Amino acid sequence: MPQVKGVFKPDMTSPRTPDNEEPPEERAKDFRPVDKGFTREMAVAEANRCMDCKKPLCVQGCPVNINIPRFIEKIREEDFGGALDSIHEDSMLPAICGRVCPQENQCEGKCIRGKKSQPVAIGQLERFLGDQPELASKPKMAPKNGKRVAVVGSGPSGITCAGELARHGFDVTVFEAFFTGGGVLVYGIPEFRLPKAVVKREIDGLQTLGVKFKFNSVVGRITNADELFEEGYDAIYIATGAGLPKFLNIPGENLPNVYFANEYLTRVNLMKANKFPEFDTPTKRGKNVVVFGGGNVAMDAVRTAKRLGADRAIIAYRRSEDEMPARKAELHHAKAEGVEVMPLVSPIEFLKGEDGNVCGVRVQKMELGAPDASGRRRPVPIEGAIEDIPCDVAISAIGTNANPFAKMIGDIKLNKWGYIIADEEGRTSDPRIWAGGDIVTGAATVILAMGAGKTAAASIAQAFAE
Amino acid sequence: MYKILEKTQFSEKVFKFRIEAPEMAKHAHAGQFLMVRANETAERVPFTFADWNPEEGWVEFIFMVIGKTTTMLSTYEPGDSLEDVTGPLGQPTELGKGTWAVIGGGVGLAIAFPVARQLAATGHEVHAIMGARTKDLLLLEDQFRSEFDDEHIHITTDDGSYGEKGVVTIPLERLLQAGKVDHVFCVGPVPMMKFSTLTAAKYNTPITASLNPIMVDGTGMCGCCRVEIDGVTKFACVDGPDFDATKVDWNDLRARQAAYRTEEGQALKAYEEANCACHR
Repeated sequence: MPQVKGVFKPDMTSPRTPDNEEPPEERAKDFRPVDKGFTREMAVAEANRCMDCKKPLCVQGCPVNINIPRFIEKIREEDFGGALDSIHEDSMLPAICGRVCPQENQCEGKCIRGKKSQPVAIGQLERFLGDQPELASKPKMAPKNGKRVAVVGSGPSGITCAGELARHGFDVTVFEAFFTGGGVLVYGIPEFRLPKAVVKREIDGLQTLGVKFKFNSVVGRITNADELFEEGYDAIYIATGAGLPKFLNIPGENLPNVYFANEYLTRVNLMKANKFPEFDTPTKRGKNVVVFGGGNVAMDAVRTAKRLGADRAIIAYRRSEDEMPARKAELHHAKAEGVEVMPLVSPIEFLKGEDGNVCGVRVQKMELGAPDASGRRRPVPIEGAIEDIPCDVAISAIGTNANPFAKMIGDIKLNKWGYIIADEEGRTSDPRIWAGGDIVTGAATVILAMGAGKTAAASIAQAFAE
Repeated sequence: MYKILEKTQFSEKVFKFRIEAPEMAKHAHAGQFLMVRANETAERVPFTFADWNPEEGWVEFIFMVIGKTTTMLSTYEPGDSLEDVTGPLGQPTELGKGTWAVIGGGVGLAIAFPVARQLAATGHEVHAIMGARTKDLLLLEDQFRSEFDDEHIHITTDDGSYGEKGVVTIPLERLLQAGKVDHVFCVGPVPMMKFSTLTAAKYNTPITASLNPIMVDGTGMCGCCRVEIDGVTKFACVDGPDFDATKVDWNDLRARQAAYRTEEGQALKAYEEANCACHR
């Protein structure tokens, strides 16, 4: 460790350790993980770049305020177990968040090193630790308190809440609509970005803590809040996630081979349509695929299309490339894999081919006007600039609306968009019900959903300690 | 795992499974459906409840052997288990007042029966219109006859091998003409539902159709099952599967149902080759 007079001295000369990526031309042929993660040597070298700031801005940038300099210090000292324990005080899902957080807008975006050089690769360091769960100390388990909590949904928010409650001594059962746990982590995020084995490890870990899972169980249908309370549950945490895809509301949207990203991704990620006919669920292997949207879901969809054999995979976005909300790493990966970016276009109609399926999409070209409410320059149509893009698969990835089951679970207040109204602790209008994640905030990030689960668990624990 | 308690064969290609599912049985309603994933590699397929019994803890669904999944399902025997069964899903059928004509065509009879029975149980007069291509494909006749007398059962077959020769719209029109029906419910192949709808509309009689698009998640997340109702996109899995039939875009439904025909053929062929006696 570089030290001057016994005091740590950061490495101010080495550039940021590059990501340990598979070569793009190789990886774009299959679903292998794109990023192999840091080795021990890479992690220690990168940790030495951290200046250990007195007032660490990175911590402010983290939605759950992970003590970043502390875990990096422990990596520097090669105390990896201690580093992981340190993260676990604030986040239970480092292997997942290290991979999927938009670090450039959060911790790394605030990193002082980023001003003159490149920020410390905090996400990679977090993931490096998260991928070695065996190094963590055994979690401290409070004695059983005899209280039962039902957690609805096994996405990042639900599993975090479940884990925290189990450690607080609660008897926890997670209800999941699908046949496997993880929610959006398994149906939404592709294998090449978040291996399913990483998610499974988290679910298995919860089961080791005594958390029970009821799969194939849609709360609001097979049971509901009243019945759960009657059965003896003392509290419920609702984390059903976002639901219905948003429509483009343009002609031809229902033509065969026009997909919502959720369907396109679920077929492959959850149902393994990439292995059809070994697996029974098919999907369309388009040769010319256009994806509308600029977020991570759009990136996941277009990169999946590439891996399913698309010659031309286009990401079409109505604003400019700089304004895409996707993680910069995903955009960079997508381009390296041969994805074409088509900025400043807005779809106006899906075109029907002779076979009745979609054969193209008509787009309106846009230019940037004055800034809108979000502070980004509003795209405005260029009069008469209309173009047809041929395609055999089109995917819309423009976001989601509220999950329709929220209102069926229990008698709790929703806002006008159908999201659950919850306070900072996740308390809903029913004192026995908490909620968090996308069903409260609308579509957001894994880390925020996780944070909400953690906060709600603390609130539930406090409510029953009183 | 969901154990198959009973298997009933109605014809060469039509089967009924009774599945052990106590919680589901307690919450099932007419018109709702369940989703089956038979094994680890299987697709998820929706089946509307044919029957259920909360006391005995089972639910039933009927299926016709068409593609790979249903061919494979037909080889399952009592005692075998289905990997995953999710339900109940979808909105229950709304049982409005008055006299009903309940039309089932082909395998649609499996869905029509619980709706008809539920209507009868809640004090409605019900005319059951049962349609099939041929006598051997007419499902659940005994069950219908155990609920309804001869005057309330109207059978048609395309080839005239049983009942009246022709299609379900013939008895439907007769009932409508005589002013005997306040509301129609139909379920079956798209052309049957489409023409039943035109007939009902001619007599200004409301008609509900139970739609059967392809589904993947069945909980409103993916949007695969979207249908166009009065020009507005709806999800059959959470908004339906029942809709005002006069508002349905039938061509859209048909096109989306057929979207994977090529792949369905491929899957069936691969399955048959792998399971053909000469390959064992």
